[in-house]
Amino acid sequence: MNKFGYLLKEGFKSIFTHGFMSFASVTIIMACLLIMGSFGLLAINIDNMIGDLESENQILAIVDETYTEEEARALESQVAAVPNVTSVEFITRQEAMDDFAEQYPEKVFEGIEASTFRDRFAVHLDDLSLTAETSQALREIEGIAEVSDSLEIANGFVTVRNVVSGVSMVLVLILVIVSIFIMANTIKLTTYGRREEIAIMRMVGATNAFIRFPFLVEGLILGLIGAVLAFFIEWGVYDVVFDRIMAGLVGNIVEILPFTTLMLPVLIIYLGIGVFVGAFGGLIAIRNYLKV
Amino acid sequence: MIHLQDVSVVYPAGTHALEGVSLDVNAGEFVFLVGPSGSGKTTMMKLMTGEVRPTSGTVQVNGFDMARVKRRNLPKLRRTLGVIFQDFRLIDNKNVFENVAFAMRVVGAKTKDIKERVPHVLELVGLKGREKRLPQELSGGEQQRVAIARALVNAPDMIIADEPTGNLDPVKSLDLMMLLERINEMGTTVVVVTHEKELVNAFSKRVVSIEEGRIISDGSDGYYAYE
Repeated sequence: MNKFGYLLKEGFKSIFTHGFMSFASVTIIMACLLIMGSFGLLAINIDNMIGDLESENQILAIVDETYTEEEARALESQVAAVPNVTSVEFITRQEAMDDFAEQYPEKVFEGIEASTFRDRFAVHLDDLSLTAETSQALREIEGIAEVSDSLEIANGFVTVRNVVSGVSMVLVLILVIVSIFIMANTIKLTTYGRREEIAIMRMVGATNAFIRFPFLVEGLILGLIGAVLAFFIEWGVYDVVFDRIMAGLVGNIVEILPFTTLMLPVLIIYLGIGVFVGAFGGLIAIRNYLKV
Repeated sequence: MIHLQDVSVVYPAGTHALEGVSLDVNAGEFVFLVGPSGSGKTTMMKLMTGEVRPTSGTVQVNGFDMARVKRRNLPKLRRTLGVIFQDFRLIDNKNVFENVAFAMRVVGAKTKDIKERVPHVLELVGLKGREKRLPQELSGGEQQRVAIARALVNAPDMIIADEPTGNLDPVKSLDLMMLLERINEMGTTVVVVTHEKELVNAFSKRVVSIEEGRIISDGSDGYYAYE
């Protein structure tokens, strides 16, 4: 305990005795986390928006006009049983006409009876990329006359989503590699000035573990500080951007996730990366001075 | 203490630093290791501290076989030695007390023992009252005394000093050498690497002369006895 306490204190003290370098390390960890985090949050929101839009996309399975409403309703279980269908909503002729009437000037519908329309099912799909197969399965149900699947729109969503997730994955990966590289170099720089100290420790018979421990503690603490600072800055910036967007015109169209719903995973990931990069960086950086 | 048998050291660049050197230093001896720069003195010293391994031959220091000792056992060897350098090598942001206490921390000494032992050693080297000073607030001679205190604090079997007076004026050099002599009289083996002829000749001690990687004389007749 005596020795452990001493080493812990040494690690903590050296953060202050090497103030500028500690500041530099914390800043770098923070900057890297902010860049990665901001991009990650952007990607999550884009994904979420696309998800919202996707779930609004529905295909219509129109029932044969000779079917009565009761007969049509009886088809619901068959429609719902088709693979990839998440929800089914029965829409009567009257409701279909009312929907149309809402969207177009009333005059157009003057003199038109609800019986002009056909009963229909609004079907929501799980995976839009399987739209064509699902439509085909719906057509094969006895009593379904027609399926309107707006296939182009569905394919459009799928393409956008694939591109966004592909691009964001590649970018985040690049950012992670760049961050680790910058981090390693920063810590290398901070320990370069202390190689003399390490040489002295070796000469008086310190084991490598004894030399490493304070560096490990120092890296851990710096990583933690960087992560916590980055978290609060991210939170602040996110809220400002969130308010701006939601207050503006775009806010009516898209929905941005509030930070509070994302903060736990963001905090955990930040702390995880901060601690890992800090501790690992501290150990790599002194590796070269521990030979012989 | 030290046993060198037909030792050669060839550096990767091809430099023959030592060739066929044999030397024995017994417990309680005071030995000057002398020679011009580039003669191989520093390589000899590094052989003893485990920084350099022999290319061939046998090197034994305080019971460790230096050709075979595992890297993780080097700290154990170094705890039996006290090493002093020309440039003092103190830690700038630690005060005198902490610089000395540090060597005890490394070996896992208790805080209570550290508080007892360090003032005692500082008094021995004549630094009583300077405990709170930082190295840069001390003169060169005082800094070297801190280094000696650090080397002594764990009561090593042997002290190895590499040009310990290189950065000191003649009076301070003499003082320092007398301090090392006193330490030797208290029972610690002392090996001093130097090229300062006057200083060596002021003490009648064993002198081992090296030139071009070979021992050319070994006796008690002073520096350059062969001239």
